[in-house]
Amino acid sequence: MVLENTIQKEMIINVGPQHPSTHGVLRLIMTLEGEVIKDTKPVIGYLHRGKEKLAESRTYFQYLPMVDRVDYLSSFFCAAAYCYAVESIAGLKVPKRAEYIRLITMEFNRISSHLLWVASFLLDLGATSPLFYAFREREEIVNLFEQLTGQRMMYNFYTFGGVKQDFPEGWLTKALDLCKKMPKMFDEYEAIITKNPIFIERTKNIGVLTPELGIDYGITGANIRASGVNLDLRKPCSYSVYDEINFNVHLAENGDSYDRYLVRIAEMRESVKIIEHAIKQIPGGTPEKLKMKKVNCNCGNENCGYCGFDSQLTGKKANMVVFKPPAGEAISMVEAPRGIISCYVISDGTTKPYRVKWRTPSFSSVQVLPELIKNRNYSDLMPIFGSLDVVLPEVDR
Amino acid sequence: MHELYMELFNKLGIPEIFGEITWPIIPFVCVAALLIIVVLFLVLMERKVLAWLTIRKGPNRVGPFGFFQTIADAIKLLIKEDIMSKDTNKILFTLAPMIVFAPIMVIYGLMPFTEKFVAINLAAGLFLVFALSSLTTVGIVLAGWASNNKYSLLGGMRSAAQAISYEIPLIISVLSIAVISETLNLSDIVDAQSGGISYNILLNWNIFSWNIWPAFIGFIVFFICSIAEVNRIPFDLPEAESELVSGYNTEYSGMKFALFFLAEYSALFIISVLMVTLFMGGYLSPFNGYLSNILFQNIIHNQIILNIFVHFEQAFWLLAKTYFVILIIMWIRATLPRLRADQLMTFSWKFLLPLSLLNLTIVAIVKYLLNTGNI
Repeated sequence: MVLENTIQKEMIINVGPQHPSTHGVLRLIMTLEGEVIKDTKPVIGYLHRGKEKLAESRTYFQYLPMVDRVDYLSSFFCAAAYCYAVESIAGLKVPKRAEYIRLITMEFNRISSHLLWVASFLLDLGATSPLFYAFREREEIVNLFEQLTGQRMMYNFYTFGGVKQDFPEGWLTKALDLCKKMPKMFDEYEAIITKNPIFIERTKNIGVLTPELGIDYGITGANIRASGVNLDLRKPCSYSVYDEINFNVHLAENGDSYDRYLVRIAEMRESVKIIEHAIKQIPGGTPEKLKMKKVNCNCGNENCGYCGFDSQLTGKKANMVVFKPPAGEAISMVEAPRGIISCYVISDGTTKPYRVKWRTPSFSSVQVLPELIKNRNYSDLMPIFGSLDVVLPEVDR
Repeated sequence: MHELYMELFNKLGIPEIFGEITWPIIPFVCVAALLIIVVLFLVLMERKVLAWLTIRKGPNRVGPFGFFQTIADAIKLLIKEDIMSKDTNKILFTLAPMIVFAPIMVIYGLMPFTEKFVAINLAAGLFLVFALSSLTTVGIVLAGWASNNKYSLLGGMRSAAQAISYEIPLIISVLSIAVISETLNLSDIVDAQSGGISYNILLNWNIFSWNIWPAFIGFIVFFICSIAEVNRIPFDLPEAESELVSGYNTEYSGMKFALFFLAEYSALFIISVLMVTLFMGGYLSPFNGYLSNILFQNIIHNQIILNIFVHFEQAFWLLAKTYFVILIIMWIRATLPRLRADQLMTFSWKFLLPLSLLNLTIVAIVKYLLNTGNI
């Protein structure tokens, strides 16, 4: 009897909150039998900053810089989600040029977010080089953002009814140059990662997310597309100007970690094409050309390509202090790099929102983790958890 | 050399007994000095090579080209507080780094760095090298157990499993070398690799009689297993950083951690030296005879000085080959991700073990045919 009490087959291990590969501060209470994971309990909340509650005591404009911090790796998407929600309550129209600027920045942000994912995922698997390769490219994107917004993270660039600034001179040329360079860089990753036998062995058929399970748990984004579910809000909803741009949604079949990797790489390549396409189509063209034409045009026509509504940066300038959307509620959904990020705003007609609710994709991804790693080896935790692309601040808000 | 040393004592007027006492200590002092220098350089080399492979600059602040970076690191580790958590097994916890480090230091004494620079020249040196190198695993398991940390425990257990499965193909591949050279003495193994395959010009170069050619499969197996033996990527499971924080040395700090660190890099060096000794001709030059013999025999007529030149050249060839092997190991580290524990076992038992047996069979058949004169 004494022996039975002392010899326990199972070992409870705390992975995190301080652990090299929990992508922030996630705590997993794991029950291990040998090295086999029997049970997992994710504990979240270590990064809770009360983003939703903070909105209730701030005006709409005061809350605007805060939404960037919901997910610091895809700031533009969070800002876009909040802006679209408020715009639809307030009935603000967004000029086409502003929408194109939003689209270009968002797609660049998607690439930089995915690049960081590639870096951390491979680092979790024990490969160190891809980290530096990915950061080399991310640096160039971040430099572009810095020229555009003045910030390397937390851009605070979107505003209700448009964007705050036009592209600086020469920005579009630099962006196009980068777009030309990037597919070659992706080829470099593929050379070192995609056909690497160890990588394939560690990720193929590991953490298989069936479409049913994914839908049950509300998984979105590249994770569910890797399982073969065609869910990309950019196609059916076309919230920005995505309906004016031709692009493909990349799907995979198996839904394992390897497929999630493939989908993300394919998405990066697609994003490059979207940006190139968008830069070609942007109303008003380059900022230099637009400035020249605007001075010479002066026609005052609403539909004019150079001084009309669609080439503006913001539609109706809202007063920051007394901006009062009418009472009402709206939900906006944006296809962020990690999945669908939605922002639900209730307005009671005052200067402050009555309620703001965020629904973030990583939250669902963390929730499905125990199902995916049950009865697997402890070493499989990293290929599975890493491939889900979880950003913890986004989970906790 | 012994006479020369004694003569020095006689000339200085010190009683000869001191000379007799200090004589056996000298090789070990040399070996210890060599080990420290090698590790200091190796850490710097690793950081520089990894930096080049990953588009960085590497250490470049301390001294020229960051040359004194490792020395600064070593000083930092030495003056750090030695933390031991409350419930650790204090004796085992202290003992473990020593058990890891000591055998490797002894192996340094067994290696023929040049023709004469062998601290302990044993008839069964090869056997002792592997006996000692498997001892380090005991230290790692002990460290994992004594730390009273679950990650450390998992790391220690993984290390034990890894050592058991990788030592077998390793030793079988080394057996083929023993078959080829008909000896277990490391110096004799090196000597057996000289001479080339024929007396013709070019074909009498030593490079053609290296053991790597008859036992090429064995070399591949040995190379893979030796990476596993020194716990480096892709086989660094005992200290898998992203899974087990730092594995068996999670709880260690200060000088105890430095000992693990030292052991890891000195093991990397010595396993490369062993690889070069067994498969790539050790200290032999790849050409026919030594360059210094060819270059200086008309200038320097004193045989002793010429001999010293030859010794330096032998050390140079050994180090050149060793660092080439280490460079490849570092290159692999920068390229590959880590294997999973069970894949590691499968790879060892289902792939490496049959391969090493195949190699042994091929080598044995070739040796038999050569000995009976059928080829």
